[in-house]
Amino acid sequence: MEIKQNTLYLTTEGSYVSRDHLTLRVEIEKQTRLAVPIHHLESVCVFGNRIQLSPHALQLCWEHGVAVNYLSETGYLLGRWEAVPNTSVMLRRAQYRAADDLPKAASIARQCVAGKLQNSRQSLLRSARETATADERERLQSAAEEIAVLLRRLERMDFEPEDSNAEICNPQSAFRNRMDSIRGYEGQGANLYFEVFELHLKQQREDFAFAKRSRRPPLDAMNCLLSYLYALLRHDCIAALTCTGLDPFVGYLHVERPNRPALALDLMEEFRPWMADRLAITLINRKQVTVDDFEFREGGAVEFTKAGRKAVIAAYQTRKQDILTHPLLNQEFRVGQLMLVQARILARHLRGDLAEYLPFVPR
Amino acid sequence: MLVLITYDVSTVTKAGARRLRRIARACLDYGQRVQNSVFECRVDQKNWVLLRDRLLSEMDPKQDSLRFYFLESDTVIEHFGTKAITDLESPLIF
Repeated sequence: MEIKQNTLYLTTEGSYVSRDHLTLRVEIEKQTRLAVPIHHLESVCVFGNRIQLSPHALQLCWEHGVAVNYLSETGYLLGRWEAVPNTSVMLRRAQYRAADDLPKAASIARQCVAGKLQNSRQSLLRSARETATADERERLQSAAEEIAVLLRRLERMDFEPEDSNAEICNPQSAFRNRMDSIRGYEGQGANLYFEVFELHLKQQREDFAFAKRSRRPPLDAMNCLLSYLYALLRHDCIAALTCTGLDPFVGYLHVERPNRPALALDLMEEFRPWMADRLAITLINRKQVTVDDFEFREGGAVEFTKAGRKAVIAAYQTRKQDILTHPLLNQEFRVGQLMLVQARILARHLRGDLAEYLPFVPR
Repeated sequence: MLVLITYDVSTVTKAGARRLRRIARACLDYGQRVQNSVFECRVDQKNWVLLRDRLLSEMDPKQDSLRFYFLESDTVIEHFGTKAITDLESPLIF
């Protein structure tokens, strides 16, 4: 399958998108701002309501396999419009079977967490190399070391039932316990990581002071920025899984809940530290995002301004154009393609062509 | 790949004017008009076959001329003067 290029983000209220032969035309206040041939697009993201796509524009999108995603202003995915998917039923069955097959589910969950821990660790070590003060270097390094300990314990986890009577009688509950410990490692790793998170910042440390993760609503500017980037990433993971023929709502590490894209959240884990968190750090250090880009609401909630959102989307899209070498495939990809590559690796594992799911760890 | 398409279409007849419009339309469907009869089209193999086929069937080889320049993807293009062009590879946020 050919991997397409760009995503069209529509954020301006009152925009109108129509079809002009094989191009999509974006009009704002009756002025044509863009005419883009459909083959340049991979998906369209519509933020907020009051943005219209004509029926013919929608038809052009689905005929060319371009998904149209409707998101809230804050980036929450509300709906998705796409062609009748070219779903591989065999793959879906393999995915669902693996979700019920606890040893297999646990091994995928373990790999997702391992990828996240490994990438968190590398990010900490990188900041440790770049920091000026010895005290901060030490704190970053020690957090990285503790994460390394968690990683080793995770690797040593055994998926064979232990030789106790209770476990042999009830292997299901034994695996549930293992799943809980995998989630425990993930939580411990996240605590260690976020405890020293503000040490990544070289600029604007007071404005982006970070105590702990808060969401719904985010309670400070840093959390707001992270949540927004995670929302963009989540959307890309959902799209990547759907393109691969997987169901983004049936996951392994994340417990399924109605309307929760559990598998997309699983796939996201390895991307969070190096794709979203790093980008947040860079944006703050380069002062591409400042306090002026946020609105502080009564009751403590923090929201992005329109300009802030646009700056973040632009940076995220630019980041997706960077080229990285995939260490396993030994091939170069744009960062934006990597979610799709990882989704296909997962599909290969589910089909039984690959012994384990292998998360992406940049060199 | 990046293809630069230029053409000369004879418009002395009504049919010629029609060919001109339809050739321009085909180019617009796959790329961007950078000057009156000059288009830059970034297309993959599949879309290039479709576009080329469409152009060749619209033109009249006895009266018109078409030229395709295949550019390297890292070719630097400088532009001076009027005509706003969006870079379709850059973030598209509106």
